[in-house]
Amino acid sequence: MNIARYYGNSERREEEDVLQYLYTQSEEAVDRSLEILRNRVDQFGVSEPTIQKQGNSRIIVELAGVTNPKRVRELIGKTALLEFKLLKDPEVTSNVAIKINKFIASKIAPEDTSSQLKDEKKDTTSTALEELFAEQKQPKAGTTATGEDSTGSLFEANLFFQDPRDRSTLLVPADKENKFKRIISLPEIKKIIAEEAGSAQFLWGSKKVANGDYLQVFLVNKKQELTGEYIVDARPQTGSPNDPASMGKYEVSLTFSDEGSRVFARVTGANIQKRLAIILDQRVVLAPTLQAKITSGRARITGMDTFEDAKDLSIVLKAGALPAPVRIIEERTVGPSLGHDSIVAGSYSAFLGLLVVMFFMVLYYKGSGFIADLALVLNIVFIMAVMASLGATLTLPGIAGIILTIGMAVDANVLIFERVREELRKGKTIRASLDQGYGKAFITIMDANVTTFIAGLVLYTYGTGPIKGFAVTLMIGIAASMFTAIFVSRVIFNLILENTRIKKLSI
Amino acid sequence: MQFFTDTHYNIVDKRKMGYILSGILILLSIISLILHGGPKYNIDFTGGTLLQLKFEKDVSIQDIRSAIASLGMKDAEIKHFGAKNEVAIRVGSEFDLETISHNVEDAIRKAMPDNAFEEQRTEKVGPKVGHELIIDAFLAIFWSMILILFYIMWRFEFRFSVGAIAALVHDVTITIGLFSLLDIEISAPIIAAVLTIVGYSLNDTIVVFDRIRENLKASSKRSSDIVEIVNRSINETLSRTIMTSTTTLLVVIILYFFGGEVLRTFALALIIGIVIGTYSSIFIASPIVIDWKFKKA
Repeated sequence: MNIARYYGNSERREEEDVLQYLYTQSEEAVDRSLEILRNRVDQFGVSEPTIQKQGNSRIIVELAGVTNPKRVRELIGKTALLEFKLLKDPEVTSNVAIKINKFIASKIAPEDTSSQLKDEKKDTTSTALEELFAEQKQPKAGTTATGEDSTGSLFEANLFFQDPRDRSTLLVPADKENKFKRIISLPEIKKIIAEEAGSAQFLWGSKKVANGDYLQVFLVNKKQELTGEYIVDARPQTGSPNDPASMGKYEVSLTFSDEGSRVFARVTGANIQKRLAIILDQRVVLAPTLQAKITSGRARITGMDTFEDAKDLSIVLKAGALPAPVRIIEERTVGPSLGHDSIVAGSYSAFLGLLVVMFFMVLYYKGSGFIADLALVLNIVFIMAVMASLGATLTLPGIAGIILTIGMAVDANVLIFERVREELRKGKTIRASLDQGYGKAFITIMDANVTTFIAGLVLYTYGTGPIKGFAVTLMIGIAASMFTAIFVSRVIFNLILENTRIKKLSI
Repeated sequence: MQFFTDTHYNIVDKRKMGYILSGILILLSIISLILHGGPKYNIDFTGGTLLQLKFEKDVSIQDIRSAIASLGMKDAEIKHFGAKNEVAIRVGSEFDLETISHNVEDAIRKAMPDNAFEEQRTEKVGPKVGHELIIDAFLAIFWSMILILFYIMWRFEFRFSVGAIAALVHDVTITIGLFSLLDIEISAPIIAAVLTIVGYSLNDTIVVFDRIRENLKASSKRSSDIVEIVNRSINETLSRTIMTSTTTLLVVIILYFFGGEVLRTFALALIIGIVIGTYSSIFIASPIVIDWKFKKA
């Protein structure tokens, strides 16, 4: 396939150039998406969200303290492509509908046509529909709102109707959605559309109507009159009491940029009494009739049921549309009680572990053990401090990393003390033993800890999320433990030696 | 209080026993892995959805299974998580998290209306992500071994790296093999634990190597002395090795018992790893240094 033909213009572009262009576009798309997601999350108001790029095409979002994961999911996943397109005139829509019906009827297998011919549709079923609309409470017997009708052949009658109240809108029973979708993607139907309506497409409505039983379908121009990039502000507000359509509900008030206002004015002025569909992510949210030319550069999207819906929509519109669709490939939530329990359990074991180790050190190395314990406590303080200053998140494996560090931090001291004991056994003086002990042990400590550090580094590079957290605490822990063991305890020893006269080293 | 000072265990002479024991353990591990078709991965690697629910009263796995039977999730795996009133439900990843959690919770609520529950944790991992994680885990283990190999070659000699790497491969294989024998799932944190063990076991091994190097320098390098030197080095460092392993083990054991259910398998991996790692530093790594040299000579 010669890609250049799709993207080239008058210059003859090499296929390689085009590929390069596409790569750059996709990389930039990820970066832009990152910014847009960041904006959305910021406006959502979660404290200290973490949003990071991972590799070339992935973004990690971590949010703490979220009580409604569903809202977050939608906020993140929405592509939020906002478009404005004109609805085709009702006559055009009617013509297309009639032709499609004819086509379907011609395809219905003979045995299915027993009671289903087109005359029936126009009269009896449309009155049935009106009854349906009149009495909203009557659920249609035998259909479940979410059930799918996958029985029988693709072609059947009663697959769609024209809305009796609004000839520009077609209605499809909810359980026939997929069938209708497949039909309108048939090449014969596309031909019908092209003949009757020119450059047009079918778009679905965003809500189910008539008690959740029907979906709306609109025939719109393919041309975008305006897109969401012209929006500079979007605000949620309560519906206006003056407007019966929006009273008691919520809405989003849009403000266009200067350029956008000009375009909007032109479009509204040239299409008075026509309907302009407001389309979000390929679904028609509203299709109001243009009453007058709008020069104010403002519009309202009305009819939202809750304030949150309006707020979320305004966040998404304001922060902008995602340049590429986002798919959630990994998702973890931790309920508040498990999170809490884990923290408690983790901290408790950390504390207990610390006490046990400290006790053991004193038991085995006596006074020197106590000095090592002081260094150990300082070690932990350091780890906490470094993590706080880096703004690193403390994950559960991170606590495990700290706990492991407690066990290993002792190691450096053990190395030193064993050496010192050895030197003392050989009969050297206290000072000499300490010097030798620290000196010889240093190399060993370096070698041994560096290798564990390497393991931590590799973990950090290849790990994600909690594993990264573990690796971070491990590495910080090793660095801190080396420092405290080598310098801090040495300093304490020196202080003691200089200020007191010890005859025997308590080790 | 002092243990293990001035010991004169003849470890090197007994190394045949060490090789045999390790050989058996490694064989068992490999057999178990083959029989089970590889390690038992959890959703971190296979992809899937996990729901963890905590009920007011105890529930049986059968109750849950019949409650969600109507949803048609064929490969649902249901287990108790910790106590008898907590369950973890795991299904494949064809469904999205929200639909599953919604449907499952509804079904359970209907079937057991008087046993309220709370969602403790939900996880969904797409299959591609899981697969990548397996690759990443292998790469991580592989690269850490390579880096360590070079580091030791630089600081010591080649045969030391052979000994070290042999001990590490030994440790990783047996740890994962034991998990396979015990039929425990391997999750991402377990891989983290394995890598930690790599670093930690190496820690031990290097301490001994360091002493060997020091003692070698201090004496003439006749090959018959090697055995004696290695033996002496091991004995000299025994005290430190045991001490450090003990303190770390103490802490990890506390983590196992008190750290909460989520950390339990993680702690188990560390316990196994530390024990095996210490053993390998004494009985595998150093003897290989000797035997490798003899092979070359």
